[in-house]
Amino acid sequence: MLDLNNVCKAFNVGTVNEKCALSSVDLHLEDGDFVTVIGSNGAGKSTLLNAVAGTWPVDSGSILIDGQNVTGLPDYQRASLLGRVFQDPMIGTAANMMIEENLALAARRGKRRGLRWQITPAEREQFHERLKELGLGLEDRMSVKVGLLSGGQRQALTLLMATLRRPKLLLLDEHTAALDPTTAAKVLELSDRVIAENKLTALMVTHNMKDAIRHGNRLIMMNDGKIILDISGEEKKQLTKADLLQKFAEVSGNTLENDRVLLS
Amino acid sequence: MLQYFASLNFLTLVKVLPGDIAQGLIWGILALGVFITYKILDFADLTVDGSFATGGAVTVMLILAGVPTPVALLAAVLAGCLAGLVTALLHTMLGIPGILASILTQIALFSINLNIMGKANQAVSVDQYRLVLSSRFNPQAILSGAVFVVLIIAALYWYFGTEQGCAIRATGCTPSMAKAQGININTMKILALSLSNGLVALSGGLTAQYQGFSDINMGRGAIVIGLAAVIIGDVLFSAILKKRQNFAVRLCFVVIGSILYYIVIGIVLWLKMPTNDMKLFTAIIVAIFLAVPYLKERSRSSFTRAAKNGGKQNA
Repeated sequence: MLDLNNVCKAFNVGTVNEKCALSSVDLHLEDGDFVTVIGSNGAGKSTLLNAVAGTWPVDSGSILIDGQNVTGLPDYQRASLLGRVFQDPMIGTAANMMIEENLALAARRGKRRGLRWQITPAEREQFHERLKELGLGLEDRMSVKVGLLSGGQRQALTLLMATLRRPKLLLLDEHTAALDPTTAAKVLELSDRVIAENKLTALMVTHNMKDAIRHGNRLIMMNDGKIILDISGEEKKQLTKADLLQKFAEVSGNTLENDRVLLS
Repeated sequence: MLQYFASLNFLTLVKVLPGDIAQGLIWGILALGVFITYKILDFADLTVDGSFATGGAVTVMLILAGVPTPVALLAAVLAGCLAGLVTALLHTMLGIPGILASILTQIALFSINLNIMGKANQAVSVDQYRLVLSSRFNPQAILSGAVFVVLIIAALYWYFGTEQGCAIRATGCTPSMAKAQGININTMKILALSLSNGLVALSGGLTAQYQGFSDINMGRGAIVIGLAAVIIGDVLFSAILKKRQNFAVRLCFVVIGSILYYIVIGIVLWLKMPTNDMKLFTAIIVAIFLAVPYLKERSRSSFTRAAKNGGKQNA
């Protein structure tokens, strides 16, 4: 479903801060794979997701989504293939617009936007049903401005928007990092459910080892712009935090001394 | 002092009121254009000062050349759209920051407007040409202005409810979200800036007819008056309609803001404040209205307050 071949990306080229954020990354996702991505700060997790999303062009290598070469396409032209949920709950939804307006925008992802009315009565019905499935009571507040919702509600709505039209690939970029633990757990549980029900292929960046182990059928660990660990199948199911720390030490020759990863 | 008050005649104030309302309506169209960029697109567009005069210049020159007034106005709108397009392209294609791009267009338009008119101003007399409105017939001017305003508000209400209009709103509100939903935010900026400056030029074309001439400096400070109208309108809108907010009503309040602005200016002139100080006065009004929300927030929580409260506990 997703093929990254030899993808490289460097930032601040030609300055003292030059950083190779992705170096020759190869990654292949099968249809239905739910991959969690873990690594310390600056390992290249978010860079990997942004490369797939098309936030900027990569320096070399190719990116294929569902067999379609998207290497030369900017983010908005890849949007028809992708669903995205960001780390910041504020940037995945439009605060000044109503819940139903946000959903209507998402319902037209990748389609031409003409002079038809933004939302049809049939869509309103459909949105009502889908919101009900979230179980947050948002179905009765469809004409409320999104800016009045909490961070968790906004992330849940963003998740619904990302999957309203079935994406070829769902990108979750630390989408629970800005939420309190209880809300984070709820949104994660919801993500699991949405992915399972729609049989989606997903890539989820997290800095939480427990979450990375508990969710998905495959786990990759990044360090220094490279994928240094790729665990799937039975091995992934048996994986513990201790295993992961030890493996990291083996592969990288370092201990994973990042508080953010260790403490989580 | 007594002499000053004795010299004020309330009747003169009432007499100028229709003129204030007519001007408020015409400038309300400009304010609607400013609303699109400033409030919807979140783009500080200073093209307005230039495109307003462009609208006036194109309208007057075409009328003088014998073109029917409605056609002249339509051409003015297109010229305004073009001006907005230039700003949008400078910003999106050449990566120039929005406010700077609009200043460049504005200054370029000064020369272009001079070229259109051939000299610094051109008169168009209501006695010789069929004009849409004139300051000589204020009741008709109010009627014509109101018809334009109502039609434009209806059209904008419809447009910003369509798929495309919503894409523009999303672009102004959260660009990252817009892109993730497959919206080309550059296209949306081009559409919104063109639409906005088209309205501004229409307002310029109507103003030129109303005052009976087009002048190279008629747009100077237009953006500030537009902002004044938008801000006054929005403050009133949120104060009067707390919960039941409707987009069409919000647009109406922008025009009401413009009318109120002209009535206030009329009162200030009636109080015999020097005409030369009008721009200063306008700037002060806008500064106050822009500062109010910030100061209100600060009165709720500020470091000075925190220090006061904390200081008490320590003592």
